[in-house]
Amino acid sequence: MNDLLAPVQHAFGPWWDPLWTLVKIVVIAVPLILAVAYLTYAERKVIGWMQVRLGPNRVGPLGLLQPFADVLKMLFKEIIVPSGANRALFFTAPLLSLAPALAAWAVIPFTDTLVLSNINAGLLYILAMSSIGVYGVILAGWASNSKYAFLGCLRSAAQIVSYEIAMGFALVGVLMAANSLNLGDIVAGQEGGAAYWYIWPLLPLAVVYLVSGIAETNRHPFDMAEGESEIVAGFHVEYSGITFAIFFLAEYMNMILIATLTSIMFLGGWLSPFPILNDVDVFGARPFGDGFLWLALKVAFVLLIFLWIRATFPRYRYDQIMRLGWKVFIPVTLVWIVFVGAMMQTNYADLFH
Amino acid sequence: MSMTFSTFTFYAFSAILIFAALRVITTRNPVHAALWLVLSFFSAAGIWLMLQAEFLAIALVLVYVGAVMVLFLFVVMMLDVNFEVLRQHFRSYLPIAAAVGALVLFEMALVIVDSAIGHTATAGAPPPAGGNTSALGKLLYVEYVYPFEIAAVVLLVAIVAAIALTQRDPRHRKHQDPSWQVKVRREDRLRILDMPSEKPPA
Repeated sequence: MNDLLAPVQHAFGPWWDPLWTLVKIVVIAVPLILAVAYLTYAERKVIGWMQVRLGPNRVGPLGLLQPFADVLKMLFKEIIVPSGANRALFFTAPLLSLAPALAAWAVIPFTDTLVLSNINAGLLYILAMSSIGVYGVILAGWASNSKYAFLGCLRSAAQIVSYEIAMGFALVGVLMAANSLNLGDIVAGQEGGAAYWYIWPLLPLAVVYLVSGIAETNRHPFDMAEGESEIVAGFHVEYSGITFAIFFLAEYMNMILIATLTSIMFLGGWLSPFPILNDVDVFGARPFGDGFLWLALKVAFVLLIFLWIRATFPRYRYDQIMRLGWKVFIPVTLVWIVFVGAMMQTNYADLFH
Repeated sequence: MSMTFSTFTFYAFSAILIFAALRVITTRNPVHAALWLVLSFFSAAGIWLMLQAEFLAIALVLVYVGAVMVLFLFVVMMLDVNFEVLRQHFRSYLPIAAAVGALVLFEMALVIVDSAIGHTATAGAPPPAGGNTSALGKLLYVEYVYPFEIAAVVLLVAIVAAIALTQRDPRHRKHQDPSWQVKVRREDRLRILDMPSEKPPA
């Protein structure tokens, strides 16, 4: 591979490094966008089945081309800018919500070698990126010059900022157990089968992380930002066409990101649940061993939980959301971090590493 | 090879940083000013990353961009800041502002001259082994653990004080007591007045 690329590398000279990184970024981003397209399809199908309906089944076989039909529809719709809107910010806001959702993927390890940027402070970087996603929501609400949009943006910004704290504390537990901020090392620390995954010693933190993740992405039952029954559609009520589609894209990309992070930090990432599968030999290859397959399966399972929750629970009331975030999740995570720290000083320390 | 590209990145970040910082104080719209400040924080974080101070860079984005500026924006969006009123006192404050600005410039010049002579460690020092984050952690939690803890307690006191100052009495809260509601009787809610009927004035 490297021999093949050498002449190309020579031709580009000093611009080779940035160019090659750009190629890698495209290789990650394009499948990601396809995954988003089919996550919307999966969501409609799964919720359809849960409610004893068929879901989309008209465009293409089994409705498989439905996401593309939706994208084309969005692309050809007119973009309407409300009167009195702040034009520049109105169009920047969707991009500001999409960019952090994409940027966070830079440090996600897909296998032990397949990662765009293997930085030591990976976990911190993820926290930083997820914390700036809120700008898209705030600016969309403010720039729209609409009361509904503004109320929606204030609500969801307060919600996102609140749940970020619980989420950060959950990550502290993970880094205590793994002794590292590097996502690759965190997965490597869970080696040895499903019994060694961090979900067991850090079960409360895993639950808090997953639920906070749902709240961070403004998904049902925490979709206060939208709250159709109260404020029409929340912060993106004035957006139409492709600008709306970008918000949609960012939301689903964040969902996949949270699911991937949950898999990496609590469910052993690319490691197979049974180490014995590493020895299964099929025509010289080891298809069931540690690898991307397991990460994809785990991510798909966590995403199914997202959809399942959406189909099951009614929406929270706003004060209940704030109570859950501040008075339940933050104390739970704080207590569990102290507990884990104390247990690490005893003879049971191995159970928490 | 990589040298040329990192030089280019440095100048790009610096140019954006200076431009954004200028826009913070020249733009008329307070929301725009806050956003330009966010951009300048971001560019500063980029420059720190290039110095391999990854913890500081990410903490800057996480704390200032992700939390402080969000709350700033919150406040600025909800307030109706009247810039004309603020500008009225521009001339009377000018001498003090100029003096403070000159002082800051003087101090910065001192630092630059000092590092040019070579007394202080410059930013070009090699990063510590094992990464900037773990080095900072060891320094904060091992060597300077007591000052660090004292700073944390001071912050905690500030939080408690803020809550104590703004917390209202429970009786100011509006809430419903269901048991009180079901016990209500007709006499509590309804009063029948016996008023003599009168003719409308002709």
